[in-house]
Amino acid sequence: MKWEVVIGLEVHTQLTTKSKIFSAASTAFGAAPNTQTAVVDIALPGALPVMNRGAVERAIQFGLAIGAKVNRKSIFARKNYFYPDLPKGYQISQFELPVVEGGAITIQVQPAKGDPYEKVINLTRAHLEEDAGKSVHEDFHGASGIDLNRAGTPLLEIVSEPEMRSAAEAVAYAKALYSLVTWIGICDGNMQEGSFRCDVNVSVRPEGQAEFGTRREIKNLNSFKFIEQAIKYEVQWQIDEIESGRKIQQATILFDPDSGETRMMRSKEDAHDYRYFPDPDLPPLVISEEWIERVQRELPELPVAMQARFAEQYGLSAYDARTLTASKELAAFFEATVAAGADAKLAANWIMGDISATLNREEKTIADSPVNAEALAGLIKRISDNTINNKTAKDVLKKMWESGDAADVIIERDGLKQESDTGAIEAIVDAVLAANPKAIEEYRSGKEKALNALVGQVMKGSGGKANPGMALELLKKKVG
Amino acid sequence: MSLSQDDVRRIARLARIAVSDDEVQESQSQLNQLFALIEEMRAVNTDGIEPMAHAQDVMLRLREDVATAPNRRDAFQAVAPSVENGLYLVPKVIE
Repeated sequence: MKWEVVIGLEVHTQLTTKSKIFSAASTAFGAAPNTQTAVVDIALPGALPVMNRGAVERAIQFGLAIGAKVNRKSIFARKNYFYPDLPKGYQISQFELPVVEGGAITIQVQPAKGDPYEKVINLTRAHLEEDAGKSVHEDFHGASGIDLNRAGTPLLEIVSEPEMRSAAEAVAYAKALYSLVTWIGICDGNMQEGSFRCDVNVSVRPEGQAEFGTRREIKNLNSFKFIEQAIKYEVQWQIDEIESGRKIQQATILFDPDSGETRMMRSKEDAHDYRYFPDPDLPPLVISEEWIERVQRELPELPVAMQARFAEQYGLSAYDARTLTASKELAAFFEATVAAGADAKLAANWIMGDISATLNREEKTIADSPVNAEALAGLIKRISDNTINNKTAKDVLKKMWESGDAADVIIERDGLKQESDTGAIEAIVDAVLAANPKAIEEYRSGKEKALNALVGQVMKGSGGKANPGMALELLKKKVG
Repeated sequence: MSLSQDDVRRIARLARIAVSDDEVQESQSQLNQLFALIEEMRAVNTDGIEPMAHAQDVMLRLREDVATAPNRRDAFQAVAPSVENGLYLVPKVIE
């Protein structure tokens, strides 16, 4: 039987506010345990929550960025459960009326087999809530330690429709969402520190069946690799279960990166009954037209719009435009390079090629590139005006990277100027032709490529400085 | 709507409240009286009336995003039953 996979994601993004959602304690990561807590965060009786304007603003930004409806009025609710890292005994969240409803994101999918494709994923909602504290389970003589620094950190929980049909689509969605929330700056994107955590709902059904199968929810995945591994394992497990005649039970499960397997956390029987009700401490959140309009005006150009502009304004391919808008910093670097006088297509090639490769190798981001946009433009201008050829340019870039010198300084100092003096190249061409009678014969008998090898030899003979186009032309002229 | 004794036990368990068998019976009858009152209210026609989320007609007050809370860990932990290395200690929990 052929099975169809159905996946929906719930992503918890920690918002980049300085203070907590309901208290004035700091949200900075990594402080000594319990030093960033206020009376609200440790749930002292009588302490009342006061909403952070910055958290609401970020929710509005997100809603507008995905073309969703930003509710003019939304409600905070208590989600009741007992766990020591949640001292109030309830999490303040949103239930019936979330701050953001609807919206959509376009994803770029690279399937395991076949061509990449685009797909639009609809979102159900996004709501504001508070994060819980952290439990430390080791080394306390049979007790658990509780750190409430994280308690009250603002979260935007972003819920998708169950519209993904493969692990590749789920990863593409998570990446698109990640790219968007970091692009608009509402989340710092630090996955190791838990700033972007995914819960993945997975079910399978026979192809063609209208109803969904029973789903299991994989909790708390904090890397794209784990999302992919967990889904693949879980899908195969569910198919094996069904094909062995067993039924899938609704459950919450955990993924163990060490074993690559998923395991049960709790089944439906002891699943939480959260008994949501409106929080009497918090009247409805009202967002004015003016507020939404201001956020809309201040919203940066979004990746999709920027891609279209790059294609239009710089004549780039869709692929190049997408690659260069992978992050705001990379896009800014590209535009700065072009603004400094570089040819746009060459700039795109160099940034996606040598620059990105070297940054990757040295585990740096574009922000720490030793060669800045202006310096790169200086190099590209020398390629465009034929001062150096492409191959020499690669060496020059390497030297720029190490020394921080400008391209012109290195070209001058090392005598790398391309040889465009016909007489000088001609002499080398003659010598090469004299040494390769066989290649000449091959070329004359119709093997066009035979001369390419000779261009290489001319380049070598000139110490890499010959203009390769000119060398090929001279070779053809002399042989033909 | 009326609650069974099992419903009462389940609600008590969810709220982490210990109830004896006698208390279950008493709570059941008290809760069912409440539900009778609720049923009476449900009989009122509320068509076209927007549901309220709060008893007062007020909206949420917002504060500016500034981190001004001082570190008061020592004061907070002075009244905690058990602390170590800055952490609150609780009976072991592992899911």
